[in-house]
Amino acid sequence: MVKAIEATGIAVVHICTIVPISQTVGANRIVPAVAIPYPLGDPSKTHEEEIEIRRAILQKALKALMTPIKEQTVFN
Amino acid sequence: MTYRIVHYINQFFAGIGGEEKAGVGPESRNGALGPGMAFKAVFGNEAEIVGTVICGDGYFAENMDEAGEKILKMIADFKPDAVIAGPAFNAGRYGTACGAVSEAVLKKLGIPVVTGMYPENPGVDMFRKSVYIVETSDSARGIKDAVPAMSKLIMKMLRGEPIGSPADDGYIQRGVRVNRFHDKIGAARAVDMLVKKLKGEEFKTEYPMPVFDRVPPAEPIKDMKNAVIALVTSGGIVPKGNPDHIEASSASKYGTYSIEGVQSADEVAYATAHGGYDPTYANTDPNRVLPIDVLREMEKEGMFSKLYDYFFTTVGNGTSVASSKKFGSEIGERLKKDGVDAVILTST
Amino acid sequence: MKLELLKVNIKGVKWGGSTEVLKDGTLQVSKEDLLAFVADDDNLKCINADIALPGESIRIVPVKDVIEPRYKIEGGGQVFPGMVNDVESVGEGKTFVLEGVAVVTCGRIVGFQEGIVDMSGKGAEYTPFSKTCNVVLVFEPKDGLEKHDYEKAFRLAGLKAAMYLAKCVYESGGAADKTETYEIAPFAESMKSYAGLPKVAYLYMLQTQGLLHDTYVYGIDAKRILPTILHPNETMDGAVVSGNCVSACDKNSTYVHQNNPVIRSLYERHGKDINFVGVIITNENVTLADKKRSSSFAVKIAGMFGVDGLVISEEGFGNPDADLIMNCRRAEMAGIKTVLITDEYAGRDGASQSLADAATEANAVVTAGNANMTVTIPPQERIIGFTEYVDVIAGGFDGSLKPDGSIEVELQAITGATCELGFNKLGAETW
Repeated sequence: MVKAIEATGIAVVHICTIVPISQTVGANRIVPAVAIPYPLGDPSKTHEEEIEIRRAILQKALKALMTPIKEQTVFN
Repeated sequence: MTYRIVHYINQFFAGIGGEEKAGVGPESRNGALGPGMAFKAVFGNEAEIVGTVICGDGYFAENMDEAGEKILKMIADFKPDAVIAGPAFNAGRYGTACGAVSEAVLKKLGIPVVTGMYPENPGVDMFRKSVYIVETSDSARGIKDAVPAMSKLIMKMLRGEPIGSPADDGYIQRGVRVNRFHDKIGAARAVDMLVKKLKGEEFKTEYPMPVFDRVPPAEPIKDMKNAVIALVTSGGIVPKGNPDHIEASSASKYGTYSIEGVQSADEVAYATAHGGYDPTYANTDPNRVLPIDVLREMEKEGMFSKLYDYFFTTVGNGTSVASSKKFGSEIGERLKKDGVDAVILTST
Repeated sequence: MKLELLKVNIKGVKWGGSTEVLKDGTLQVSKEDLLAFVADDDNLKCINADIALPGESIRIVPVKDVIEPRYKIEGGGQVFPGMVNDVESVGEGKTFVLEGVAVVTCGRIVGFQEGIVDMSGKGAEYTPFSKTCNVVLVFEPKDGLEKHDYEKAFRLAGLKAAMYLAKCVYESGGAADKTETYEIAPFAESMKSYAGLPKVAYLYMLQTQGLLHDTYVYGIDAKRILPTILHPNETMDGAVVSGNCVSACDKNSTYVHQNNPVIRSLYERHGKDINFVGVIITNENVTLADKKRSSSFAVKIAGMFGVDGLVISEEGFGNPDADLIMNCRRAEMAGIKTVLITDEYAGRDGASQSLADAATEANAVVTAGNANMTVTIPPQERIIGFTEYVDVIAGGFDGSLKPDGSIEVELQAITGATCELGFNKLGAETW
């Protein structure tokens, strides 16, 4: 899905937990997520802390979208 | 009844001439011609070659769309029950033409079609997924094997008989995975394979690993403050009640839902339809998968201009790559049309 | 460690006044006693029991787990340690087995992922549990029971029932028809045995993705373990128990853990073509760090064994494909030759990518078939369970249940159809 959207020329950032799969399949901009059942959260934390986690990942995602890349890149 | 078959061949096999005549355009003749005579002999009374459509390989290569349309019309005019193309052996442009004509026949006329090629013919890689290509030798000397094999396959299709494996029916692998029962259970096969691998003996994997294609990275967003961003997820977050019945796995569709004015993917309005992970956390707070809440904050803060008014969602659980590709293309086209600059895609 | 399995060959099941094996090999079960033994008034509103025999026109749905009746009669511990019995190590001594019988648990759906067992017709060809004489337990939870507790109550009741049946038969004087012996010597000795034969271990991946996707080892949720070593015999006494509801086709029910075919196949070649040194269990967790830790740790253990080869079996699909590939790559890079067992999700037309991940090192793969393949299974005269869930279980789709009672589903929905322990003969090839 990532690749097919990107093939239309729109930049896509893939936020996912299992980075190796995303790499194998061929996403170009990858931002690691927290865990499969809660990629952008963490139920063991307070709601406020979760919001911070979510914001940090999304900020990385925006940064990834602004970064020129030549090859597959993981934004840690 | 006698089935009506049309044969497609190039200028060389039609006896018009070699490379110097490759530029001749499509023409249609009644009855069998060239290699068609060999097919005629094999078909006997069961099928008849009612017409032959000919096109120069060079002409076809240079005028694919136009030639393709003309050829298809000529074929259709014979009102055939089936079409055979070639065999093209190892002739690259001829193979490509046979493949393209066969594919068009299948898609537009919806009747059975068989072609034949040498496995290294470039036409094989281009068309084997869509068309049955019988494996032939690399030169016309192989015609005596190619004709019976192609005839057998086209007759099977005409009679509505099931097509067997590539080995059984002589066609080149189409890359389709088909289930079958072995004599031994999987665990015994695995241990057999390991023993062979350890001894350095030859073994055959039951699943050859694929090589994935790549898409060049899109240009980055230069002006994020004025960018429109769309949110897509394969984590299956849907409006509660799953109005479009997206499947828990092997999804055959995706959903498009408005989030105009929605400030947060809260647990009252949204839930996950995904069957591949523990849904508790996503259902307690769907923002953990579909982060509308924080994106709205960021939008207000002016980090980007606007969150696109719809989100797209599907279940990435056992969903086939072909389906995902289709969803992605459709979503991409729509976003492009609506002037979306970038996509955030979340996966579970 | 040596374990003898004393197997009674059961040819049928029927209700009766007491629980024992009759002269003709039929297992007679006192329904009343069985239900009284498994009753769980705190969690379950009611339990019903039913019988489904091979060839009968019966559909069981939604199936949660399948368990083989076993009972330890000699040696430490008792079957299903840490679950329904004390946590004592098992795998040694003698275990009494009712072969040909299975306890099947069935209840209202919690997740999306319980399966279908048909006892006749097309569906029966794909599930291994159409060949067993099944004692089916149908549960109704108490109103408002929380999901985790609900699943746990079902799980324990099934295990208890399986142990109970074997125990009753043994205590009523049931005699074994055959004895199978499984033995591997302590490491110090086994590592020196069979000079010249390659040393082989089994890397046993357990599904541990979370609620309804768990596996228990001696009562521990396996997502919280570091990869560790098991003696193969321990699995035969129920040290590994299914707690999961991943897609029905490739979840490992407790029955296939008890009868792990990889372990049986390795034992068969032990001392002849290979030196089978042991089992390493590992998990399939939901974070990348967990995956890396477990993969690295499991392959390290294999290296400490000094093995030449590993059979690696997956459970489930999707992100566990990443664990499978990671395990394979690490092992191959450490010079250990691998064979993988998986199944495929190649789309209904078989034209898609089969696994979510791939690697060139994975050059020896056994497949249990394409789980997306659809089959139409004919109506059955009798339904045990609740058929209205067919549309929503994984592998079912809108309109799966036809008005005439036949169901068009992917193999995914059929219990055990593409078992990645290699329990079945089904496979797939490229056409």
